[in-house]
Amino acid sequence: MTIHRSPTGPNSAHTSSAVILEARGLGHSYNDRAVLSPMDFTVFEGEFVCIVGPSGVGKTTLLRCLAALQPSTSGAVYVRSERVTQPTAGVALVFQDYSRSLMPWSSVLANVALPLRAAGSSRASARTDALRALALVGLDDVAAGMYPWQLSGGMQQRVAIARALASRPTLLLMDEPFASVDAYTRADLEDLMQRLQRELSLTVLLVTHDIDEAVYLSDRVIALNGRPAHVADIVSVDLGSRRDQLTTKGMPEFAELRARVHGLIRGSRGTTS
Amino acid sequence: MRTRRSEWLTVVALEAWLPVVLVVAWWFGSASSTSVYFPPLSSILGSFAHDWLNSAGLASNLLPSLELLGLGFGVALASGVVMGTVLGLTPALERASRPLLEILRAIPGVALLPIFIVLFGIDQEMKVLLIAFGSFWPILLNTVDGVRGVEPLLFEVAEVFRFGRIRRLLSVVFPGASPQIFAGARTALSISLIILVVSETVGGNGGIGYFLLAAQRNFAISSMWGAIVALGILGYLLNIAFRLIERVILRWHRLQQTRLGSEK
Ligand SMILES: Nc1ncnc2c1ncn2[C@@H]1O[C@H](COP(=O)(O)OP(=O)(O)O)[C@@H](O)[C@H]1O
Ligand SMILES: [Mg+2]
Repeated sequence: MTIHRSPTGPNSAHTSSAVILEARGLGHSYNDRAVLSPMDFTVFEGEFVCIVGPSGVGKTTLLRCLAALQPSTSGAVYVRSERVTQPTAGVALVFQDYSRSLMPWSSVLANVALPLRAAGSSRASARTDALRALALVGLDDVAAGMYPWQLSGGMQQRVAIARALASRPTLLLMDEPFASVDAYTRADLEDLMQRLQRELSLTVLLVTHDIDEAVYLSDRVIALNGRPAHVADIVSVDLGSRRDQLTTKGMPEFAELRARVHGLIRGSRGTTS
Repeated sequence: MRTRRSEWLTVVALEAWLPVVLVVAWWFGSASSTSVYFPPLSSILGSFAHDWLNSAGLASNLLPSLELLGLGFGVALASGVVMGTVLGLTPALERASRPLLEILRAIPGVALLPIFIVLFGIDQEMKVLLIAFGSFWPILLNTVDGVRGVEPLLFEVAEVFRFGRIRRLLSVVFPGASPQIFAGARTALSISLIILVVSETVGGNGGIGYFLLAAQRNFAISSMWGAIVALGILGYLLNIAFRLIERVILRWHRLQQTRLGSEK
């Protein structure tokens, strides 16, 4: 039934790219209640992939398994062909809840520098790299000296992004990173991620329940539906590499893709509503 | 600077008037007292100055007490934080030991003085141990609660970013538990002062408790009252020192609470 699009479309950035992340038969159950039925997908180097699905479908569970924060109950995760069973150096995660994921007792700078220190950087070079990462997300030295809770929600999420980027990860995982900010801030942060991904050649796997966001950001969208969740389809998004909120979202192709992903996700809800 | 100074003056005006009134009332009310047990304040202050406000007095009456207090409280703080952290991070152990801890905690430290004398003699070690034992419990139990209350997501952050054990303790566990640890330490400090005075009434190492008892036995009543004044001042200064340290270390917490309060 499902048509798995070949990840090597003509306009894709990953025509000859290496595989960064691979899920093979990855599935999860909580106490015998299956949440994720075994699924396979791949993320290529330099790709921006969004996993989209309704709330409660199992997106956070999937991301936690990918980050090896919890063991999956079936299948395996590979990062650069290495099987992953505990958090690895090349994979960084931006948590859904920025206000709880930053240390309230540390300055913004210290929050961003901490993973670098943990990875063995000297105090001085951790500081330099942390300031550079903060500059990348648009935060200056003044913000660096503040406590995270003294900043707005959008700024706090920028700190979390800087923290994840500071150690130059191979793969950036993001769990509904913009779900709890207002629409304007969300648009800003989406564009920030676009720019960062392009400038730093990042490989990003972002989870969201927002179809527009998924289509706007992605090279490919992985649509989840059902209980237990499965991959309904993987949709290539050929909207070019330079996108902006007004023109891209106004394109007929955007509307088409949006409708298509919507249909894929709604497929599962037919039984309940 | 000016606003800071005037704030300070306001505090003095708001907080200091009552003690001043009471001292003045005591001074004049007791001025003509002929009671042996309630000497005039002027003679109490005279004894106080004679016994405490000179280096010889401080060296024999105050230093031994400060040493005991520092050692006893220090041992309680270190062992309470270490054991509290272990228990807080090991829920099964914490659950199993909770009833025992609650019973041990309920025993007033001073009640153990006779047993400690039998076990450890009447020297300094016994007193340090007794002070440490009595002030250990609030630190232990508050540390356990503090560690268990650390935001669970931060442990996941530590996992994802692969903090080592030490970094996890220093950057997540201790700072997260620090407001509770300070609350426990504050209680422990006042307990340790009580046990200090009681424990000094045995043996002859000097110190405030020893001085107090000796003065009473020698019917040096105004010296006895003077020692009580000294004890009050000591407790007050210790509390101020404690609050200063807390202000610095828990600055983030104080500011965050103020902010949360103003948002409500
Ligand atoms: N630790 C857990 N134990 C048991 N059930 C869980 C746990 N975490 C999530 N679930 C359940 O798994 C399902 C998927 O949750 P989640 O992965 O958080 O979905 P999403 O992130 O898509 O909203 C939900 O029904 C949720 O109640
Ligand atoms: Mg979620």
